[in-house]
Formats: sequence, structure tokens, C-alpha cells
Amino acid sequence: MNDYKNDFPLLKDSNIIYLDSGATSQKPLCVIDAEDEFYKKYNANPYRGAYDLSVKATSKYNEARHEVAKFLNSKYDEEIIFTKNATEALNLIAYTYGLDNLQQNDKVVLSIMEHHSNLVPWQKISKQKNAKLEYMYINKNFELDKEEIDKKITKGTKVVGILSVSNVLGTINDIEYIIKKAHSVGAKVVVDISQSIAHMPFDVQKTDADFVVFSGHKMYGPLGIGVLYGKKELLENMSPFLMGGDMIEYVYEQSTTYAPLPHKFEAGTQNVAGAVGLMTAIKYIQSIGYQTIESIEKAISNYAYSELSKLPYIELYCPKDETKRSEVISFNMKGIHPHDVSTMLDFSHICIRAGNHCAQPLMRYLGIDSTCRISFSFYNTKEDVDNLVIALKGIYSKFEKYIKVAK
Amino acid sequence: MEQFDDMYTDLIMEHSMNSPNKKNIDSPTCSLKGHNPNCGDEIELEVKLDGDKIEDMSFVGHGCAISQSSTSIMIDTLRGKTLTEAKNIIAIFLKMIRRESLTNEEKDLLKDSIAFENISNMPARVKCVELAWRTLDDMLNKKNI
Repeated sequence: MNDYKNDFPLLKDSNIIYLDSGATSQKPLCVIDAEDEFYKKYNANPYRGAYDLSVKATSKYNEARHEVAKFLNSKYDEEIIFTKNATEALNLIAYTYGLDNLQQNDKVVLSIMEHHSNLVPWQKISKQKNAKLEYMYINKNFELDKEEIDKKITKGTKVVGILSVSNVLGTINDIEYIIKKAHSVGAKVVVDISQSIAHMPFDVQKTDADFVVFSGHKMYGPLGIGVLYGKKELLENMSPFLMGGDMIEYVYEQSTTYAPLPHKFEAGTQNVAGAVGLMTAIKYIQSIGYQTIESIEKAISNYAYSELSKLPYIELYCPKDETKRSEVISFNMKGIHPHDVSTMLDFSHICIRAGNHCAQPLMRYLGIDSTCRISFSFYNTKEDVDNLVIALKGIYSKFEKYIKVAK
Repeated sequence: MEQFDDMYTDLIMEHSMNSPNKKNIDSPTCSLKGHNPNCGDEIELEVKLDGDKIEDMSFVGHGCAISQSSTSIMIDTLRGKTLTEAKNIIAIFLKMIRRESLTNEEKDLLKDSIAFENISNMPARVKCVELAWRTLDDMLNKKNI
């Protein structure tokens, strides 16, 4: 038993073994309470009312923005834009920065590991602007090496899209190197830290990232709140994304001027309770500390990697070098489809993800349709891994007799 | 693992791993692909008609045990049926998966396909079990039979 499980109502005193935190993390009671408290004590439309309650709601929302800014070490609070999730943030960048700045024959360079959310929008915008879309491929160790980065990020590259950690392979990318390389050819970099932010910090100034996105729900925050960070001078020069209330300055019958940052990108009434929940999740992570989180998770994921490696019928899809992989492990059981594995693990109350993980181009590159994926949080234990391994052995023994006769 | 035996029965496992219907047939009258993008299940059904009768049917493809066995068992169930009979049996099968009650006559028509009755308790796998049936249904509807 791990004491941290007690912080999570869904896991406390439950027989669920949750190994799908990469899809969405469970929520600690403090986050659930923070959203609840907002609705009970502070709910009003922020920025709208002149009355005290609305002022309080506004101040909670601004406090949340300030907390996110500190968390990412951004210079200005207005560099933080709240969105619905990382996907919306990535679409915002593609539809504003991308559409405004890409010219015919410019290059957009993505890694083959990108989640569909940092791939499909660029596909659409590249086609629209007749720009070229190119990919950086992984090597045999499931890593993006410097040679490949140097080969692809060249003159003419205007945008580089890269995830800090692959949601399929767990590969940790060398973000600082990629950003340096991109800046040397005059490209802007869009970093998707959705899969890493629950496990390791990210510093927007130290990395010099141009745009950074993540979803709150993968880092113990509520569903429906995400963050876009953009350098102030970039955001200021970008067209707005969604039009409507609160993002405007003056509206005439035939024309409109827009509000300053961050409001220009936050049309309509925002998810203030979600922002407050996210702020609480950040404080929760900080109260435990990234160092503690990393050491617990590293131990569990290394243990899982070594236990799974012992099973001859399991093929692993993640870097062998433990310093290059995060808390995600993809695998397949020979002869058994991931969806069958997942259904059978569910019989033992073990939740894992099976499928293509919103990364079809990566799957195709690897020559597979889908994988089983386990992903860890500090609330997991070695016992969870032991239970998984026992269940996998049971599944294989059930399937074995049929596999043997298979052609 | 009682649930395992309820769902992954010998019949289902044999059909998923060693299906005699997984092959190409000579000069099929029509063929149609079906897929579930989320899981990567892909099948291609081949149908050989003799007038309005399904003389033979086969499939190729890959996917989970449920999608593959369901395709294979559907082929056994519908081989030799007229197109009208086939459409009726498909409708009964989909009704079973929607957890609607079936008459004894309807159950008899399903033959071995009744083996998937328990899948109706697993919403996450409904798409897998329905893949072949929906694909064939589309094919029959497109032909306006």
C-alpha cells in the first residue's frame, strides 16, 4: 500500500489497479474540493460583474493564471492562456500562428511520435498554405537522435512540433537541443508537455520554448481545462482564434478591435472552476515535490520494465536506456490482440490502455496496429506491477493452447 | 477468471485463431472492407452469390479475438442463406447485442453466433463484435437487395 493512494477517493479502499494515468490521472480530494468550493462560495461570471462576488471570481481566476505562470516560470502572467485542453491549445496555434505565418514551400517539421492533436491541425494548415510537412523518425531504440534532428530541421523550417515525452513509447525527447536547432534556422517550436508535466517540471525560460501546451487532467487537475503558453511578443502579434464575448475591445457593426492578452484568446465565459482546480493540482504536485514524484515513479516503471522483460511472449516498445524513458511502457503479447489483453485485465480490475493511442502514423511506422500501454503515477505501487504480471501470465496460459495451433 | 470462460469460449477462440473461413475465395461476386479505426481491426469480406443465395463467403484481415471470431462465425451462420434471410439474421444479431430479448425462433436462426450473447454486457467490445455484421449489412444495403 502506498500512502498517496489515500489522497485519491477513487483509489482509496478500492480494488481498482489504475495503470492508465497517461490517459488521465485520478484526482486528489483537494482538487475535487477546490472545484466544489468555487461553486459553493465564489461562483459568478468573471470580468463581467461590478459586484463583489464577480470580483472574487475574477480574482480566483487571475490567481490560477498567476500560479500556472509561476509553475512554468513564464515571465508574464498574460503569457498563460486557459483553454479546454491541449488539443484546443494546439489548434489555436495552428489556426493563428500557422495560418498567419506559413508561406508556400515553408516547412513544418514534426516528430513521428506526435499525438494526433499536434499533427492533424498542422496537416490541415500545411495543405491550405501549400507548406511542406516533414517528419523526424525514431531510431531502433525508439529515440529521436541528433542526426535525425539536424537532418530535418533545416533552412526553410518555420514550425517544429515536438512532444516532450511520447505518450506511446515513453521516450523523453531532448527538447532543449531541438529548440536550439530550430531557433538556429529561424523556426518556432511548439512543445506538447501533456505527457511529462505530471512527472517532471518544465521551464519555459530555460528551454526558450516559443509555445507550450498541456492538459490539466493528466496532471491531477480537472477535465476540461488546459494551458497554452506563448511568448508575449508572439501572442501579441497573432490573430485571435475564437471570436465572441470578452476577447474584444470595441465592436462596431462592420469591424472589431481586440482585447489585450490574455483575453484576446479567451472568448466566452471561461472554466474558472477548472482553472481553480488546476491551480490546486499544481500546489498538490509542489507539496509532494517533483523529486519525490520522480523517484517513486522511476522505481516503479523500472521494476515494471524489468518484470515484463522476463516474460518471453512480451515485446516492449520503449527505450532500453532508463534515462531516456518516462512513466509509459507500451508492449504487445505475442499472438494476442491488445484489446483482448485489456478486456481480460479488466476482469482483474486492472485498467490499461489498448489501441493506437492517437498516434496512427507512429503505429504504421512501427509496423503494428496497436499496443497495450501502462502508465504510472506516484500513487502506483510495486504491488500493482506484481498484480499486472500475475494477470498477464494468467492470460497467456489461457491463450497459449490456441496460439500453439495457430498457423 | 470465470468471466474469461464466459467470453472467450473454446468456439470463439478456435474461430479467432484457426478460422477455416479466413482465406480468399475464387471469383467473389463482391467484397467490402470494414474497419474500426480506434483499435485497428480490419476485415475484408468476400461474398460469392448464386442468384440471391450466398453460395460462399470468406474473409481476410486482422484484429482482436472478438472481431475475428465474430466474422468467422457469421460466415458459418449465413452461408447458404438467401440475401433476405441474411438481412433478417443480421438484424437479429444486432438486436441481441443491443440486449433486446429474442424469441426462441430468433435464437435458433443465430446458430453458433449466439455465443456472443455475453459480449452485450461489455460495451467497450460491442464495436469489435459488430464489425463484420455491420460491414455485410452495408454491402447488402448498397446493393439494394
